[in-house]
Amino acid sequence: MAECHPVGFQWVMEAKARGAKVFHVDPRFTRTSAVAHRHLPIRAGSDIVLLGALVNHVLSGGHDFREYVLNYTNAASIVGEDFRDTEDLDGLFSGYDAEKREYDPTSWAYQNGDAQAAAGARDEAKTDDDRSHEHGPGATFEATPSQTGHAPRRDETLEHPRCVYQILKRHFARYTPELVEEMCGIGPERFAELADAIVANSGRDRTTAFVYSVGWTQHTVGAQYIRTAAILQLLLGNIGRPGGGILALRGHASIQGSTDIPTLFNLLPGYLPMPYAHEHEDLDTYLERAAGDTGFWGNKRAYMVSLLKAWWGDAATADNDFCFDYLPRLTGDHGTYHTVLDQIAGKVKGYFLMGENPAVGSAGGRLQRQGLAATEWLVVRDLNLIESAEFWRNSPEIAAGETSPEQIATEVFFLPAAAHTEKDGTFTNTQRLLQWHHKALDPPGDARSDLWFIYHLGLRVRERLAGSTDRNDRPIQELTWDYPVEGPHDDPSAEAVLAEINGYDGDGRPLSGFTALKDDGSTSSGCWIYSGCYTGGVNQTARRRPGPEQSWVAPEWGWAWPANRRILYNRASADPEGRPWSERKAYVWWDGEQWTGHDVPDFEKTKPPSYEPPEGATAQDAIAGTDPFIMQTDGKAWLFVPKGLVDGPLPAHYEPQESPVANPLYAQQDNPARQLYPRRGNRYHPAGSTVYPYAFTTYRLTEHHTAGGMSRFLPYLSELQPEMFCEVSPALAAERGLTNGGWATIVTARTAIEARVLVTERMSPLRIQGRTVHQVGLPYHWGTSGVVRGDSANDLLPIVLDANTHIQESKAATCDIRPGRRPQGAALGALVRRYRRQAGIPED
Amino acid sequence: MSDSLYGPLHDVAEDAGYADPPARAGFFTDTSVCIGCKACEVACKEWNAIPDDGFALTGMSYDNTGQLGASTWRHVAFIEQSRPREVGDGDGGTRWLMASDVCKHCTHAACLDVCPTGALFRTEFATVVVQQDVCNGCAYCVSACPYGVIDRREGDGRAWKCTMCYDRIGDGMEPACAKACPTDSIQYGPLDELRERARARLDELHAEGVAEARLYGEDENDGVGGDGAFFLLLDEPETYGLPPDPVVTTRDLPAMWKWAGGAAAALAGCVAVSFLGRR
Repeated sequence: MAECHPVGFQWVMEAKARGAKVFHVDPRFTRTSAVAHRHLPIRAGSDIVLLGALVNHVLSGGHDFREYVLNYTNAASIVGEDFRDTEDLDGLFSGYDAEKREYDPTSWAYQNGDAQAAAGARDEAKTDDDRSHEHGPGATFEATPSQTGHAPRRDETLEHPRCVYQILKRHFARYTPELVEEMCGIGPERFAELADAIVANSGRDRTTAFVYSVGWTQHTVGAQYIRTAAILQLLLGNIGRPGGGILALRGHASIQGSTDIPTLFNLLPGYLPMPYAHEHEDLDTYLERAAGDTGFWGNKRAYMVSLLKAWWGDAATADNDFCFDYLPRLTGDHGTYHTVLDQIAGKVKGYFLMGENPAVGSAGGRLQRQGLAATEWLVVRDLNLIESAEFWRNSPEIAAGETSPEQIATEVFFLPAAAHTEKDGTFTNTQRLLQWHHKALDPPGDARSDLWFIYHLGLRVRERLAGSTDRNDRPIQELTWDYPVEGPHDDPSAEAVLAEINGYDGDGRPLSGFTALKDDGSTSSGCWIYSGCYTGGVNQTARRRPGPEQSWVAPEWGWAWPANRRILYNRASADPEGRPWSERKAYVWWDGEQWTGHDVPDFEKTKPPSYEPPEGATAQDAIAGTDPFIMQTDGKAWLFVPKGLVDGPLPAHYEPQESPVANPLYAQQDNPARQLYPRRGNRYHPAGSTVYPYAFTTYRLTEHHTAGGMSRFLPYLSELQPEMFCEVSPALAAERGLTNGGWATIVTARTAIEARVLVTERMSPLRIQGRTVHQVGLPYHWGTSGVVRGDSANDLLPIVLDANTHIQESKAATCDIRPGRRPQGAALGALVRRYRRQAGIPED
Repeated sequence: MSDSLYGPLHDVAEDAGYADPPARAGFFTDTSVCIGCKACEVACKEWNAIPDDGFALTGMSYDNTGQLGASTWRHVAFIEQSRPREVGDGDGGTRWLMASDVCKHCTHAACLDVCPTGALFRTEFATVVVQQDVCNGCAYCVSACPYGVIDRREGDGRAWKCTMCYDRIGDGMEPACAKACPTDSIQYGPLDELRERARARLDELHAEGVAEARLYGEDENDGVGGDGAFFLLLDEPETYGLPPDPVVTTRDLPAMWKWAGGAAAALAGCVAVSFLGRR
């Protein structure tokens, strides 16, 4: 966190100064480790073993926060008789179809006949004909918000053998400190120190927080890493309470914002699912699938209709389904990696890259560049001439003589972009906090903001379609596209966009928040969770009242979605009767008439703890006064997930696609539902390969920004980390003849790169399954353009994805490392092929 | 011995001729909370418009800056330390020390004392600043600095160093490095307050069992009369590349003049005697 989020890390330092104990779990000893109380070096890709052992420690030691667990989670719910665990099926859950490489989650459902019906409505109509089984469960692309129907059967004693609590106990029983030592390389004393600290700092009086970022997500089982942490935190009562939580640090400024108002292919704003190309699907049938009917998702029609009204205004009426048909439909996986392969297959004619540098920043760099080179036209909007705009003249493939500028027909349009200091707008930060930034100066020359670009592109497209009578053009013709403009370049007003996102009532007044949204078309909102950010016609995100002038929760610093709540599900900070669990951890509480406290209560203000939902209630009316998790259909946090994940209802340890060791837990080595793309240019290493014997992990350095577009072009940052390097332990250096400051070549089945060598004790060889496993550290910032240049670590990685998130596994793979610089020209490919042959990997 | 060239001096700005100056300004760099982000280096360069200092990997941990110089006024050192350890024991034996070094703004600043043009001067905040439009590039200051801070810029010839953002602090702003530091490792303020804060922080660390914590440059009885920019270190100064016992190089100037005077007198005497002897 100190490495990649130094500004946010000040709060960890502040917590430390106030007595918090800080543990850092990371394959490398980093700048974070340097100031943590304890660093635990771990083998990349083994975190579920560690987290699972912590869960086991809590369960077997009786350390769970029983009152919290019983009331606020689904621990007591009873799962159906058909469910089989990985313990029963040697690493598979019930419902696995080996041919399709997909799970059918039906058997994961709660036992309760009719209650299960709601779980059935998912992507049964698979329309994408080119979706081969090779891609695994990528087939399930529709977002599937939680949906289980009504209250399942429960056993409040937690003794029923099929209640979630008992299933968890059995499932995690083999995740022991001994297994942690064997698989993670963390000894029993260190594990005990960690486990004891977490247990001692959880409960009524104390809370523990987990902080993670892409070290957890970029795995083929990444979503389940976070699930394991969620189980642990729920068992300990650390969710919805001050000082608790699982804090996802987003990779760069406003990446949270681009999830909320998404750049993701399968989501609409506010986490509504993108509609699929089902035949004859209207708004009603879409909404049936979109989310559950109980809990706050039960208002999905109001959220969706308001979104459609924001986009198509007066044209959207009840009679035409509010223009629901105008939305594009998904026909399959349109995630970034699948799209790259589609480019190579000649299916993608044109491509826009806005603030992204896949030629350096995405796994499988060679395929990324090959994909770009296969497009007819490419628009790159960036601050600098990044590799993704210059690949046609300076890519490693050109240097190796594999292709040449003459062979690349792509027409590249480079359009300079404005920096954040050169435009108005918001950042949505890691903690869901929207902060307005004011334009400080005009962008130079032809540089324009993304808002300007999209708005004026829209105007020009619309101009072209002005006279069209083709029905297919109506979604563009009728789109609301009328923002006030300002300045010499007609910059659209960012504040007007924010106001549109906030939404208006029928009289054109800004809405007060999402609870004011209506499903009859009388309100509009561009993103329901952001509604309230412009309430009263005031830009709430621009508030900057200093901390000392307000309460410690600081509600007047920016604006947090939803409803300016700073901690989600904070009803859980009070006991079922609505009293704080302890004075020390008091946050929101029931005062006899309403919910009140330090934060905006994440609960209906006047719903008493005694409220019992009547039979057949929907939306929030179906949530009891004791159920804090109001977005869930049953108001409970899910320790066991009966529906919504494509790779299992519980986390299980699977090895990375490329691992130096075998999975000792199950015959199933890796996540059976991971998305595989075995093909030319993307060959995988066998597990335990002696040809590629070392594990490697990729990461960022404080001094650089992701693929370097914002740092490698700046002398002040470039001089601080001027060259691509690798980090190795003294033991590995001795084993492979590497010297500090010298050169090394790192080889995988994809390619070989060179890097300067840092030999450092900060890299620890680990004892795994009785033998030494070395890890190589590779920052991924460099490329062929910029002030400082070097080989790209991402070129080494294969494309293999987490099936839930379609995120690549870039935190754990295998390689060989050898002294000296890599071969140039055709000799580079020869070296890589020689390795592949030795490893018995199919020739390309 | 105490005079304006050596020993404790409480009215540094007054001594330099300022009537009723503001409180002496200082930096307290608490290296125990430094996370090595180098924001200080970048903020310093941004604010002071300093050129880049070359693009070479040093191989010395994450320190590619190397040292303070004409184009580097803040330098974050990275020191990797390790002790033997058991497999599975984690790396409890590893320490990674980080420290942001800067001009010390000495109570007795030799650079200033030796400057023949008056380019170096003592400000009303008792800091030491070079005026590039006066500097003639003689480099006497470079050899005079006991810390090796001040340096001439290649191709420019003039001497450059930290000004403690003289152009910011005069406007009531803190220096750029302190402003950018996310963990308050670099603290700016009245030197007396900083010294008090540093001693409290030291006591705190000692109470936590960090016995090796120490202050550096805080003692007004040291060889430079105490630094305007002082540090809390977690190891010997040498570990960080800091001199353990810096002494203002002009300390012995009065004595040298005395000796030189004596020698001159003796020489004159000898000459006189030789003339006498000729007779």
